[in-house]
Amino acid sequence: MRYDVAIIGGGVVGCAIARALSRYELEVILIEREREVGFGTSKANSGIIHAGAHAKPTELKGPLEWAGNQAWGPLHEELGFGFKRVGELIVAVEEEQLDTLEKLRQQGVDRGVPGLELWDGEQVRAEEPNVSEDIIAALWAPTAGVVNPYEATLLLAESAARNGVTITTDRTVTALSSDDEGTWRIDTEEGVAYHSRFVINAAGLHSDEVAALAGVGDFTIKPRKGEEYLLDKRLSGIVSRIIFPCPTPTTKGILVIPTVDGTIMVGPTAEDLDDKTDTSTSEAGAEQIFRSVQRLVPGISRKDVIAEFAGLRSISSTNDFIIGPTAARGFINAAGIQSPGLTASPAIAEQIVGFLDDEGLKLRERDDYEPTLPHPARFAQQPLDEQIRLAAADPRFAHLVCRCEHVTEAEVVEAIHRGAHTLDGVKFRARCGMGRCQGGFCTWRVIELLARELDLDVTEVTKCGGDSWIALEREDVADPTEVASVREEVPT
Amino acid sequence: MITTQPRQIASAYDVVIVGAGPAGLAAALGAREQGAESVLIVDREREAGGILLQCIHSGFGLQYFKEEVTGPEYAERSLEAAIEHDVDILTDAFVMDLTEDRRLVLMSPEHGVVIVRAGAVVLAMGARERTRGAIQIPGTRPAGVLTAGLAQKMVNLHGYLPGRRAVILGSGDIGLIMARRLTLEGVEVAGVFEIMPYANGLGRNIVQCLQDYDIPLHLSTTVIDIHGHDRVERVTVAPVDEELTPDASRAWDIPCDTLLLSVGLIPENELSRTLGVRMDPLTNGPMVTSAMETSVPGVFAAGNVVHINDLADWVSEEALIAGRSAARRVTGNPHPADNIRVIPGENVGAVVPQSVSSDRPHRISFRVNRPILEDAVIKLGDVRRRRVRALAPAEMATINIAPRLLESFHGDALRLDAFAAAEEG
Amino acid sequence: MTTTHEGHEAETFVYLCTGCPLGCSLEVDATEEGILEIRGATCKIGERHAEQEHTDPRRPVSTTVRLDDPVHPRLPVRAAAPVPKGLVAPFVAHLRDVVVQPPVDRGEVLATDVLGTGIDVIATRSMAAAAREDTDARLATADR
Repeated sequence: MRYDVAIIGGGVVGCAIARALSRYELEVILIEREREVGFGTSKANSGIIHAGAHAKPTELKGPLEWAGNQAWGPLHEELGFGFKRVGELIVAVEEEQLDTLEKLRQQGVDRGVPGLELWDGEQVRAEEPNVSEDIIAALWAPTAGVVNPYEATLLLAESAARNGVTITTDRTVTALSSDDEGTWRIDTEEGVAYHSRFVINAAGLHSDEVAALAGVGDFTIKPRKGEEYLLDKRLSGIVSRIIFPCPTPTTKGILVIPTVDGTIMVGPTAEDLDDKTDTSTSEAGAEQIFRSVQRLVPGISRKDVIAEFAGLRSISSTNDFIIGPTAARGFINAAGIQSPGLTASPAIAEQIVGFLDDEGLKLRERDDYEPTLPHPARFAQQPLDEQIRLAAADPRFAHLVCRCEHVTEAEVVEAIHRGAHTLDGVKFRARCGMGRCQGGFCTWRVIELLARELDLDVTEVTKCGGDSWIALEREDVADPTEVASVREEVPT
Repeated sequence: MITTQPRQIASAYDVVIVGAGPAGLAAALGAREQGAESVLIVDREREAGGILLQCIHSGFGLQYFKEEVTGPEYAERSLEAAIEHDVDILTDAFVMDLTEDRRLVLMSPEHGVVIVRAGAVVLAMGARERTRGAIQIPGTRPAGVLTAGLAQKMVNLHGYLPGRRAVILGSGDIGLIMARRLTLEGVEVAGVFEIMPYANGLGRNIVQCLQDYDIPLHLSTTVIDIHGHDRVERVTVAPVDEELTPDASRAWDIPCDTLLLSVGLIPENELSRTLGVRMDPLTNGPMVTSAMETSVPGVFAAGNVVHINDLADWVSEEALIAGRSAARRVTGNPHPADNIRVIPGENVGAVVPQSVSSDRPHRISFRVNRPILEDAVIKLGDVRRRRVRALAPAEMATINIAPRLLESFHGDALRLDAFAAAEEG
Repeated sequence: MTTTHEGHEAETFVYLCTGCPLGCSLEVDATEEGILEIRGATCKIGERHAEQEHTDPRRPVSTTVRLDDPVHPRLPVRAAAPVPKGLVAPFVAHLRDVVVQPPVDRGEVLATDVLGTGIDVIATRSMAAAAREDTDARLATADR
């Protein structure tokens, strides 16, 4: 069959586009190379919905940041992922930074961002008593928020799928060609080919390679690594707003982030690389982050870390978003989506819809479009009487799976039925394994539930797809009589 | 295993115990023996017995049962004793909340969400393992990095293997035991790496789990990088200097598909913190009196939730005290309050209990920070001195104190020191 | 390393004592005929340990066997007596594929005289009967 639109890449941008297109009577397919959507850059995003004041108006990023910001509230209402408009404080510790704060404020005001205020050090500490004495002023931006980026991505895809979009994973695009009738043929490493009238390049880190496959490779993407460190819940509440240092021309700096789930996250670093697969964390990264963060919130230390990870931002050779039609007819870029890409993604999606409209794609709204998703039941967050009611109705609600985040079997089963195939998939949907024990308690329980619900053997369950197996059959490991020879000579 | 799931949960018990490992089972026994009429143990696993069920090796029980047994035997005997004493044991259940007035909210698939009131509570939740995140090993995040305890569960309870070639970080006992276990199951163990200059596990395990199988133990060496995208492909190890800083110039790579972490245990105190009991930063567990009572009256604690023990036997003995004290409280016969604090001094990491009374004998447990390889002295204020052959951080040490030693003592605190006899003066 | 004892060439063997945390390094001078001298032990336990380790080192052995039960696929077992060190691995390997039908009592003998050592293997925990009834096959499969 021929699709109307094929989206290459299932990160937050690709999924937002898929979901935006699912409103219309179109045949749409999203092609993702990982086992589940959001497993690339999106899962390692800081999860900040920027206030709208950061990006320069001269860049594509600027208007999209603010438009995107405003879209997150309604999206959260419809899809139910974690999102809180906690606001941000951009803090100054030196006199010369005051100019930057004022410039940012003016930039935001010009764009129509409401509520921006300059606070002095006293006021900052009155509102956030745990920040450093060295802070002399801050720009308060109440429009900023935090979101679970992996959850948002997964639910955007799920919503798109429920409205008819085909989501296909474990498919790596290897070739693109178009015929005289304007049909693109998309070949994959797995040997499956797809045909589509339009191709949207939302391939993130690989969007330069995908553009080159389409013959319009006029830009390059370099990865910029960001390490993040997640802290123990006991620090919950040490700050209630996102704390930004005063930005420099190249980076927004290292932040203290109160996540939606009540943990504190610190990061990211910004390290330019060549290797698009290098998501390793480093000792140097940890040192840099904690040195920097302790200047903002002295009560935070490395002792509090429960997990760390790194993501790769897609930095294009233009250092801006690359969005729009190309010289190759029907091939549209949504590339180079670096910060504030997550914030901007709903706006990027609408812009892509606009381009498709311009290019002649007929957009007829579906009668049966359903914008909302059932909101995942969060047992631990319910009041006691509701917990009693839920447990009485379904005993799986009274069966604990994850001890740190108090996730029940009912929630894990729901996550699996809504698309989780892997341990990470369950973790990103239901939070199993995100807490301080890092899966020590729940890993095997989740493996068993995945095996049971998906009718898999335990050895077929993976952490995140591919070769990320977890357990082997005893028979598949070498014969112990051959390797386990107890030495009979004596130790010396 | 003999399990007796109670058909229904009463709305009130004399004593409710959280956790059915060696601590919880012994606490229940102690409580019943001391006159508590109704005792309930709640455990989140499918079966009572705690981590002992997966510790299939021997080395347990010499102290408590006067006979060396394996973990499952130790667990089953403890369970039998509790059942003989008509203790209710609710497994597959979780304590969601515990308030200062000892109201517990429990959830269990069988009983739903229920509220139970307790005359006294014993916290016996045990410990959890430190993870990769806690020690921040740099590198990628592939599958195949897991705690030794999770690997042990996988192998001994579920019958699967975690990989084909493993590196073990940390020379704690679980790591050493798993080195042997994996070897015997056909998994190649490339080596055990320990950042400290001495092994953290018992000497017996070094010999019987590593040396017997030619598994190298690299002291003052640690893992500084993990490689592999989907699954671990290799790790980089490097020697460390006296400040424990790795020397990357002397690093080398080890191909492996599995990295097991045996890097310590952390007392499992979520519930204790929710309740707001006073914690000891040195043990990471609740401060306890000699009756094993926490700062919240009527809430007791015992075992690894209080401090990390090296032997289950110590846990059981300490939990008997906690259970008895809980029963004494509900029967209106509590011990008098402690009048002497015990303070860790020279080369002593932490002490438990943190206070004692002068009316009855006590045993004080502690660990040294640094090994004393010969002729060690343990000194408790000026009232007691004990010479021992050696002290090592891996082994918990104890010193007893009896009322007669305190006859001429009139202070309110005793300091506990440990040092080499040769250094004295 | 060799030493000379009253004109006889003796070899020196070194063992780590596991009797207490002291971890004495025990040196045993011995010929094929037997032990000539034990050095390094600071107590009787050490001497006995050195002698045992030199003449007949044995180890406690525990492992799991297969249990025909969906909830508990493995049953923990142990050798009823310490096993000669050199036979530990074959002993465990022999038990790997033994299949036991529940119910099982703790202490129940599941295999006898494994590898001709005269040592039995016993269950270290009890298992309730599984939902199925084919309990006869029990020792038959275990004691092959």
